[in-house]
Amino acid sequence: MNYLVIVIGAILVNNIVLMQFLGICPFLGVSKRLSTAVGMAGAVAFVMVLATIVTYLIQVFILDAFGLAFLQTIAFILVIASLVQLVEIILKKVSPALYQALGIFLPLITTNCAILGVAILTIQKEFNLVEGVIFAVSNAIGFGLALLLFAGIREHLDLQSVPKGLKGTPIALITAGILAMAFMGFSGLV
Amino acid sequence: MNQWKNFSKGFIKENPVFVLLLGMCPTLGVTSSAINGLGMGLATTFVLLMSNIVVSLIKSQIPDKVRIPSFIVIIAAFVTVVQLVMQAYVPELYKSLGLFIPLIVVNCIVLGRAEAFASKNNLVTAAVDGLGIGLGFTFALVLLGGIRELLGSGKLFDIIIYSENYVTLLFVLAPGAFIVLGYLIAIINRIKKD
Repeated sequence: MNYLVIVIGAILVNNIVLMQFLGICPFLGVSKRLSTAVGMAGAVAFVMVLATIVTYLIQVFILDAFGLAFLQTIAFILVIASLVQLVEIILKKVSPALYQALGIFLPLITTNCAILGVAILTIQKEFNLVEGVIFAVSNAIGFGLALLLFAGIREHLDLQSVPKGLKGTPIALITAGILAMAFMGFSGLV
Repeated sequence: MNQWKNFSKGFIKENPVFVLLLGMCPTLGVTSSAINGLGMGLATTFVLLMSNIVVSLIKSQIPDKVRIPSFIVIIAAFVTVVQLVMQAYVPELYKSLGLFIPLIVVNCIVLGRAEAFASKNNLVTAAVDGLGIGLGFTFALVLLGGIRELLGSGKLFDIIIYSENYVTLLFVLAPGAFIVLGYLIAIINRIKKD
């Protein structure tokens, strides 16, 4: 039951993009076409889960064990940055097809605040490892959901006649606002 | 380069939020009131100024291949400083900004200025640039926070402007952030054209 609360809470109620404002840059940047949005969502999901596991282990076995909690920010960002590089190198060797699909998105992920945000939130909420992994997977699904919905809407938006001043980013932001309004309907679910 | 021009470009012409569309997460996440916007803006300005200064000082020592990781470590160090100082002296503001303080590390504005500007310019120019862009960011956050606070809770900097009975709560909630920023960018685009 506890796990179900985490899942629904992360995907719908506190959607990472639309309610918590993490990962807005890729949300606005790569949502112009549905196909690139799928690639980005996949890459983020992959790195998010991996990064949460690794940063969790580092927090418990290194930072907490030696009383270095104040180094959290530096340690996590370095781990995530090197992890992204590592994933890129391994993918290139092991699965060129997957690398082709996710490759160009991987370098962008280092500065995606959703990854670092979820890693820090997992520690702040005092989850154990299993809960942390479920939390990361749910947030990745939530990110993918918001990104794909938004990309689908934006593809249609291109075909509409938008007032001149609102073309481009302004109308995209207002659309995201309306999407966030729809997600507010889920509040109180958990 | 003219230092005043270098300083003032951050406000409208190269405003990181309205024009360059960088640092969107804190922009949308913390601007439910003008005070929060101001706090976040000043914290980011400090990190931006210090990282620009340090990057510009040691730019010749950093090997080209590892410059991005080095920049990130420098930025993360100053973010930790801000985190500890805020926790000690303004714990309430620290609490309401929450997760977004450590996330200054991944704010694309800071890394962007280090990479695009500070690593190519001398100390004074880099410092002025950091200060200008940082205050431009603060300006954007206070503007956005002020509008949302005024429409959503009838206050401005915590001073009551009109009765709570007439407020539109939506503006302090998540959707309000997107919608207000959308219209603000449209207005700035219009101003820039003239």
